[in-house]
Amino acid sequence: MTDMRVSIAGVEFKNPILVASGTFGFGHEYGKFYNLSELGGICVKGTTLHKRDGNPAPRIAETPSGILNSVGLQNPGVDAFCAEEIPFLKQFDTKIVANISGNTLEEYSELAEKVAAAGVDMIEVNISCPNVKAGGLAFGTSCASAASATEAVKSHAGGVPVMVKLSPNVTDITEIARAVEAAGADALSLINTLLGMRIDLKTRRPILRNNTGGLSGPAVLPVAVRMVWQVANAVKLPLLGMGGVASGADAAELMLAGASAVAVGTALFSDPYAPIRVRDELAEYCENAGVERVSELTGGVKPW
Amino acid sequence: MDVYKCTLLSNDKITETSCDMRVLAPGMADAKPGQFVHVKCEGFTLRRPISICDVDGEVLRIVVDRRGKGTEWLTEQRVGATLDILGPLGRGFDTRGRVLVVGGGIGCPPLLYAAKASDSADAILGFRSAAAMMLLGDFRDACGTVQLATDDGSAGFHGRVDELLRRRLSEEKYDRVLACGPTTMLKSCKRVCAEAGVPLEVSLEERMGCGVGACLVCAVKLRGADGEYVGHVCKDGPVFDAEEVCFDD
Repeated sequence: MTDMRVSIAGVEFKNPILVASGTFGFGHEYGKFYNLSELGGICVKGTTLHKRDGNPAPRIAETPSGILNSVGLQNPGVDAFCAEEIPFLKQFDTKIVANISGNTLEEYSELAEKVAAAGVDMIEVNISCPNVKAGGLAFGTSCASAASATEAVKSHAGGVPVMVKLSPNVTDITEIARAVEAAGADALSLINTLLGMRIDLKTRRPILRNNTGGLSGPAVLPVAVRMVWQVANAVKLPLLGMGGVASGADAAELMLAGASAVAVGTALFSDPYAPIRVRDELAEYCENAGVERVSELTGGVKPW
Repeated sequence: MDVYKCTLLSNDKITETSCDMRVLAPGMADAKPGQFVHVKCEGFTLRRPISICDVDGEVLRIVVDRRGKGTEWLTEQRVGATLDILGPLGRGFDTRGRVLVVGGGIGCPPLLYAAKASDSADAILGFRSAAAMMLLGDFRDACGTVQLATDDGSAGFHGRVDELLRRRLSEEKYDRVLACGPTTMLKSCKRVCAEAGVPLEVSLEERMGCGVGACLVCAVKLRGADGEYVGHVCKDGPVFDAEEVCFDD
């Protein structure tokens, strides 16, 4: 039996399969299909300081091997999240990764303080949401602002490990990764969605009411593998890899590229059991390949 | 509610673009009228939400309209094929008492199950033309009176269903009206029912992702006791009290 435990920034995950923020709500819905304790961890729906209604519908469009979404961070606000959702999630034997998104550095600080006090296992800093005007991606596309958001969270996280979620919508993701590492991040997660757009030929309107949205699903897997590999070679931080993972083989690719653990997202919409299946397929791959500890895969690619 | 592998028992083309399909689905036996299923289409990232047309013991009936490549794949499936179906999902109709169901086009199928589940039902069904009509025999079996309207006058009343609805509500008493169809139709039904003082439930459609309330894409603006808020068609609906729905006027 392969040892499936992995560790990121001191946080021990029972297996390397997490679920990606924004695809799993706060766990209630998929918790009806299986015990959430099966999961390595849950990156919960992104929270903001105040309640947000999100963008108008349509918020989703299908694409070849993927989807575009423009939800726009609909969430009940951090206080409701801490009061209602964290106690629910704490019933399960899994790691809770809060995902926070601020409009200003002050908001990032306040969010960090609140979720850390509520007792989450890790904080994922969203500086890469492509679907909101202020904050979001604005912080994630320059080294200086990415670093300052990281510092703001790190200095208010009260020792809870801080993982910064990187955007693929940049010229050189390794520059941002280095800046965030220097600013004190404990881990990185990547990739967020790639900006995209689709147009209805009959109406000549974009399908998304927000015009553009974030691309996810199998279409982005090779981009994620490439970026994880580049970032793994640029920084010493542990990485949570994500982007189009739908099978154990996909997860293994991301780990070989340099990820310590992997998050499953869009695959849930086709198969609610996707994270469990990916975990089991990854374990089977490891058994067959004679891998004793799944963590041995991390960075194991042999580049030409 | 779960994911089921279901054998396709029959697949009959009932209009130029739609197919009447029956699958063996013991897991759907307790499905409520107005609920939907989320069907996997091979080669596509997203499932396709399809309203439940009827449930008879272990047999689930759906009517699938060919809208794009995914539903095209679905309608081409042969008897004996295995379909991957998630459901039953969402909140359904209140079918208690005497109900009037009002359907427009591909909005008609879920109303059949609602009519059958009610104590007593009448129906008003609207279609583009006679060629687009569907399930008339089923509705006639399930309802006392079935009135027809077509946009082009090729069958039944030449005009819109809300005109028939207005007349009907002035002549007969109903506990509630249940409607499913294009948004413009639902909006006019809301106006007519409000004038007549009859409660209306509407089944909405929106581009959907997960189907279970996790991804939050199928947003709909609603009005509750504390003002407007954003809900989701898959989890809070697809059936809503028409008074709760903020149709963009």
